[in-house]
Amino acid sequence: MKTPTALVLELIEAIGEDAVVWHDEDLLVYEYDGTIDRGNPDVIALPADTDDVSALIRIANKHGASVTPRGAGTGLSGGALAAKGGVIIGMNRMRRILSVDAENKTALVQPGVVNLDLGLEAERHGLAYAPDPSSQRACTIGGNIAENAGGPHTLAWGTTTNHVLAVELVTADGEVQWIGHDTRDEPGYDLVGCVVGSEGTVGIVTQALVRLVPRPSAVRTMLAVYDSVRDASNAVSAVVASGIVPAALEMIDKMTIAAVEPVLNTGFPLDAEAVLLVEVDGPESQVEAEGARVESILRRFEPREVRSATDHEEREHLWAGRKGAIGALGQIMPNYYLLDGVVPRTKLPDVLDAVYEIAERYRLPVANMFHAGDGNLHPCLLFDEREPGATARVLDAGGEIMRVCVDAGGAITGEHGVGLEKRDYLPWIFSEADMDAMKSLRAAFGPTENFNPCKIFPAGHGCGEAGHQHHAQQQIAKFGPKAFV
Amino acid sequence: MSIAPPDFESIWQTADRPDAGELGLCVHCGFCLNACPTYHDLGVETGSPRGRIALMRGLDDGRLEWSPRVQQHFDQCLQCRACETACPSKVPYGRLMEATRAEAFAQDRWPRRQRIIWRVIMRGLFPYPRRMRLAGYGLKLYQTSGLQSLVRRSGLLKRLAPKLAEIDALSPNADRPFYSNAEAARVSPKRTPRAHASLVTGCMMPLAYPDTHRATVNVFARNGVAVDAPSAQVCCGALHAHGGDVEASRDLARANIDAFTPLGSELPDAVLINAAGCGSHLKEYGHLLRNDEEYADRAAAFASRVRDVHEWLVEIGFELPMGRIERRVTYQDSCHLSHAQGIRKAPREVLTSIPGLELAEMRTPDRCCGSAGIYSVVQSEISQRVLAEKMSDVLGTGADQICTANPGCMLQLDAGIARFDDDQRMIPRSIHAIELLDESYRLGDQAQTR
Repeated sequence: MKTPTALVLELIEAIGEDAVVWHDEDLLVYEYDGTIDRGNPDVIALPADTDDVSALIRIANKHGASVTPRGAGTGLSGGALAAKGGVIIGMNRMRRILSVDAENKTALVQPGVVNLDLGLEAERHGLAYAPDPSSQRACTIGGNIAENAGGPHTLAWGTTTNHVLAVELVTADGEVQWIGHDTRDEPGYDLVGCVVGSEGTVGIVTQALVRLVPRPSAVRTMLAVYDSVRDASNAVSAVVASGIVPAALEMIDKMTIAAVEPVLNTGFPLDAEAVLLVEVDGPESQVEAEGARVESILRRFEPREVRSATDHEEREHLWAGRKGAIGALGQIMPNYYLLDGVVPRTKLPDVLDAVYEIAERYRLPVANMFHAGDGNLHPCLLFDEREPGATARVLDAGGEIMRVCVDAGGAITGEHGVGLEKRDYLPWIFSEADMDAMKSLRAAFGPTENFNPCKIFPAGHGCGEAGHQHHAQQQIAKFGPKAFV
Repeated sequence: MSIAPPDFESIWQTADRPDAGELGLCVHCGFCLNACPTYHDLGVETGSPRGRIALMRGLDDGRLEWSPRVQQHFDQCLQCRACETACPSKVPYGRLMEATRAEAFAQDRWPRRQRIIWRVIMRGLFPYPRRMRLAGYGLKLYQTSGLQSLVRRSGLLKRLAPKLAEIDALSPNADRPFYSNAEAARVSPKRTPRAHASLVTGCMMPLAYPDTHRATVNVFARNGVAVDAPSAQVCCGALHAHGGDVEASRDLARANIDAFTPLGSELPDAVLINAAGCGSHLKEYGHLLRNDEEYADRAAAFASRVRDVHEWLVEIGFELPMGRIERRVTYQDSCHLSHAQGIRKAPREVLTSIPGLELAEMRTPDRCCGSAGIYSVVQSEISQRVLAEKMSDVLGTGADQICTANPGCMLQLDAGIARFDDDQRMIPRSIHAIELLDESYRLGDQAQTR
């Protein structure tokens, strides 16, 4: 029988027995998030309020244990994994929507509120919460803030950072502070902007004042079916070049359709090479005019078919196909490695060609479903981790794809965060001086070195073997900046 | 998916083990978390579908010991299968959990007391219609003699045997004449029937909700279907399978296949069922008996004819009712109808066809009420908290009555009304949509003859 450590006992004393998880068999279910990395926490603590969070952090500090914040564990870069063991602070029990101010279009929420639940509550007031990650049925606002989450509809509305006005933050030394203001234009530095997207490395958000937006009075969702990926990506470029900003502009390729269609029956043709999902919204007249223009652009690239959802149900159905795509890949292979590169939209056709070429060379099935409108690629490499050498092959292929994105003038993450997964690629886009500047910013929030360690920045003490990434690390150590070129 | 040959190191001991390929379908994306009532309630990932699958995998690949703690996490699952609706990878979670429980049962991983009670009640009582009826008469006596109200008023049971008091609160009202299978044949369509159906009357329904059966037969006869209720039928075995007692479940399945589809006879057009939990299980008979050489084909044929009453009514088309029922009704999606069988629209179609009836939807009508078969008794604490949340949703609709599609849900929701409807505004008994339809037909006929 395992006996609780002094750290565990103190955590139990602070927040109660049923809020502390420490048995080995229970810790097993906290070792993963939504992707392939793993981390083994020593203990999970589940606070009920801000004071609990502050107390937990102080206890962890006293014992020299690292702190890793976690929401629903749906993240896709290892951000919520305990890379160096220690304490995971799980925010999922702080899940109340504290208030909705319909007049000023804001909501005050706890971090464990599920994105979709906030969306539904906003809907009751005739409003919406714009960022809509594909995992919105499960992911939490706290996690969204940490990763600066995007989603199909952030093409028009911007990512999470555009929708957070103020946060209550418990810093790495356990202090509680409010940052930001209920208006957008607070004088001085944009500190909220520093917290959003900080991937849990500067503190834990315990309350957030978020912006709500009016619901559009009209929506038109179009499905365009293409017989070549290049035609589809050219259509994307043309829509963007036209000056119209659709509410969403998504591409889904053949492999993804093969996974999605049999289970979700979304109506994507199985023999199409790619489909585009395009949505325009706004006042009736604008939707009519823009919808017609978008449709005529889509038709210039020889689609097999362009059709519009006729009602709310059909629209939801099409979106279910897009948003359920990642999970549906389990139908094809038990594991996936989901990448998150961003490229200039004009480079989309070439980069996609390169992605397919790399996957073929590594003998890996690849599925693409992504936010084409903002050039945010999500190539998804499919494999079975039980097959010897498969994981290494996948990481190599992933490295090459990331490299292609960077060389095309893009970046290594669009919305999933750097986390554990891509920290070794950070030097491809930032110099040492850049990264030092970022680290100084992090240090300005307090003694953060034990706060979500091994995330974002490469190396770091004791992080060597964290996650699957040491393979990529070895490649980079061997080849330097030329790795994966 | 094939079953891997048992290797000597494997923790699994039977052919009912969770299928490794099906376990592999889970990519731990986490989409199921927010759909899961126990994750919602417990707030720990060991109480989530993704977590429980990780535990199954941990057992499967030898990383984990099957400790009482692990068993507790499995036991806390409601098996409501809301996670299957949420799962983009279509992991057959219900099947995996049943397989895990089958192994737990075969390996005697329950506490001793629970095992004994199971054997007495689930093996000694439920499979035998006569014993069930006797128990029903006992309950009737307990209730009509005034003993029940005395016990409830005194609060004595709560202090002496709290578990029994919980069961008492969930016990059905045995105030209606029990349903006899012979009744079905006495109601026949006015014209030559367009179809023939056999009704599964089940173990509990004839005692607790006999009027639902009467209404079912009336409604289908009116719509040109001749309904019979085979006299040799027994309990469907759903509770047994959910608990992991697959052997008992298979015995019952074979008896029912013999009763409904005797060798050499023609299959009925539908094997009709008005209880969602049973319907979902009856549709799985093919899977349950897949390794039974003698019965596999017959089980698959039987399963292919199983239809939930709402499902079939909408499929064959039904006469629109004319009688007005001025009532605000909220519909609780029974988990085994919505999540397990994917039937959501048909019951609503039946309800909204009734003149005067207003359907007032809950925020989350397809969230489990916490009944979950015998869960409400064995995991009563979680069950009661899940029920409390459900009732706040119900009361928020301002409905006069709850309509649902499964006897367990009805018992649980009736207990919920008794406990939470402080203003006593609601009709204290929930109802099946088929009864409302029957009533509307009857009221319509009366209005016409007047």
